[in-house]
Amino acid sequence: MVQFTDVFKEYENGVKALKGVSFNVRDGEFVFLVGPSGSGKSTIIKLITGEIAPTDGQVIVNDFDLNRMRLSRLPYLRRSLGIIFQDYRLIENKTVYDNVAYAMQVVGASNKEIRRRVAYVLQLVGLDSRTRRYPRELAGGEQQRVAIARALVNNPRMIIADEPTGNLDPAKSLELMMLLEKINEMGTTMLIVTHEKELVNRFAKRVIAIDGGRVISDGMDGYYNYEA
Amino acid sequence: MKRNRMGYFLREGIHSIFSHGFMSFASVFVIVACLLIMGCFVLLTLNVNSVISELESENQMVAFVDERYSESDAQALRGRVQNVPNVESVVFVSQTEAMANFVQQYGDSPLLNELEPSILRHRYVIYLKDIARMAETASAVKDIEGIADVHYHVEIAKGFAAVRSVVTVVSIALVLVLFVISLFIMSNTIRLTTVARREEIAVMRMVGATNSFIRQPFLVEGLILGILGALIAFVLQWGIYSFVVSRISTDGVISFIEPIPFSAVAIPILLIFLVVSVLVGVFGSLSAIKNYLKV
Ligand SMILES: Nc1ncnc2c1ncn2[C@@H]1O[C@H](COP(=O)(O)OP(=O)(O)OP(=O)(O)O)[C@@H](O)[C@H]1O
Ligand SMILES: [Mg+2]
Repeated sequence: MVQFTDVFKEYENGVKALKGVSFNVRDGEFVFLVGPSGSGKSTIIKLITGEIAPTDGQVIVNDFDLNRMRLSRLPYLRRSLGIIFQDYRLIENKTVYDNVAYAMQVVGASNKEIRRRVAYVLQLVGLDSRTRRYPRELAGGEQQRVAIARALVNNPRMIIADEPTGNLDPAKSLELMMLLEKINEMGTTMLIVTHEKELVNRFAKRVIAIDGGRVISDGMDGYYNYEA
Repeated sequence: MKRNRMGYFLREGIHSIFSHGFMSFASVFVIVACLLIMGCFVLLTLNVNSVISELESENQMVAFVDERYSESDAQALRGRVQNVPNVESVVFVSQTEAMANFVQQYGDSPLLNELEPSILRHRYVIYLKDIARMAETASAVKDIEGIADVHYHVEIAKGFAAVRSVVTVVSIALVLVLFVISLFIMSNTIRLTTVARREEIAVMRMVGATNSFIRQPFLVEGLILGILGALIAFVLQWGIYSFVVSRISTDGVISFIEPIPFSAVAIPILLIFLVVSVLVGVFGSLSAIKNYLKV
């Protein structure tokens, strides 16, 4: 669950990235966040993950009030989120299995739990035959599926993805989006930043469009109605 | 803490040491070098202090008894001399013994043979606890009734005290400087391994690892490197010191110096090395990781 109320963000260098953004994402929703380059999409993502703080306005994520939250609570907010990036951010010297297991180790899960859950999510993303490979031995789409497995493994309430298909060809992008849709149908909220018009239009989900730091449209029609 | 976690920290720490082999080697090398220099200065200070104490203990004052006192009256003063503060021990030397010493020292020329013992006085040779307070002690002794005069060499005492304090201050300063240097270098070395692992740290933060959790492997790494450095430095220090000691005792000119045997200082040196390197390891890794823990 995400709740932005009249959020402003001004960076240290004076750039006003958000100028009064309000929207809600309820639990279980599937939402695309679209907008031209520099419109403020990544800024919204960083506010949700607690990487940056709002200059003004209220941000609530999974019942964490980011305006009032102590910094020491941040890890617990992050455990309720699965975060995915365009560049996968896998650890190069760990195998597929260890990359995913690592996310459970660092939150203190038991070995038994880790074995069970990692096997399950790797199977879910269709990588059960690649567990012993290293990231560099995988295709881009496969690497991104490792990242999805890692985001999922701690059973987050919500997945936040900043241009997850940015480095993939259209066929792979579609495959990946279908995987995210399947995960959403299993109950995980999805907030996905993307540039890909065809993809957005094809899925017919809720679309929030940002331009110049403001929400310019928010509708269930799934129509991506601006020119990048 | 769960055993599972302990195992994880150890595994990660050791893994990091091996996967950044050169950096780990470099930081152990720096710690060893700093500890060795520290150790050499600590040992030098201890030895200078021991040599000076040796020399000081031979430094004495002579208190002459009033010439009108008979030998037994003079002997009776012993208790009062002994009771003066800062007096370690006293030796009574009678007129006759003084004469005998005198003759022995200057040979028995016919001239001396005619000398009557009575021209020398009974005396006390006084050894002090702390020769820095020599003048004060001398005047206290002189105040005793029956003591006519006290002879002493205050310059020598002052010289010893000066050498001792200079060596001590220089050594402490050096040890502190080296401590800061090794802390700085250790911190930078671990910082390099954290740079190599920054993606990993970013991933840890992203999936919700707490700061203390992220810190652990680096602490373990710093600790292991520090302890390894301390042990290597200890063995090397032992070798170097034994070598120097063997050279001193075979060198004709300075063989009068009796160095402290290594066995007498081995445990303190090992403890100092361990404490210093553990502090360097812990604070080095904490300061190295600090920048990564902000958000
Ligand atoms: N750390 C930062 N410091 C200063 N300005 C920043 C910072 N990050 C982003 N900005 C600025 O804020 C504005 C919004 O950036 P943001 O990254 O949110 O855009 P975006 O919508 O994600 O763009 P893109 O589609 O290219 O990723 C831009 O003008 C950008 O230059
Ligand atoms: Mg962006």
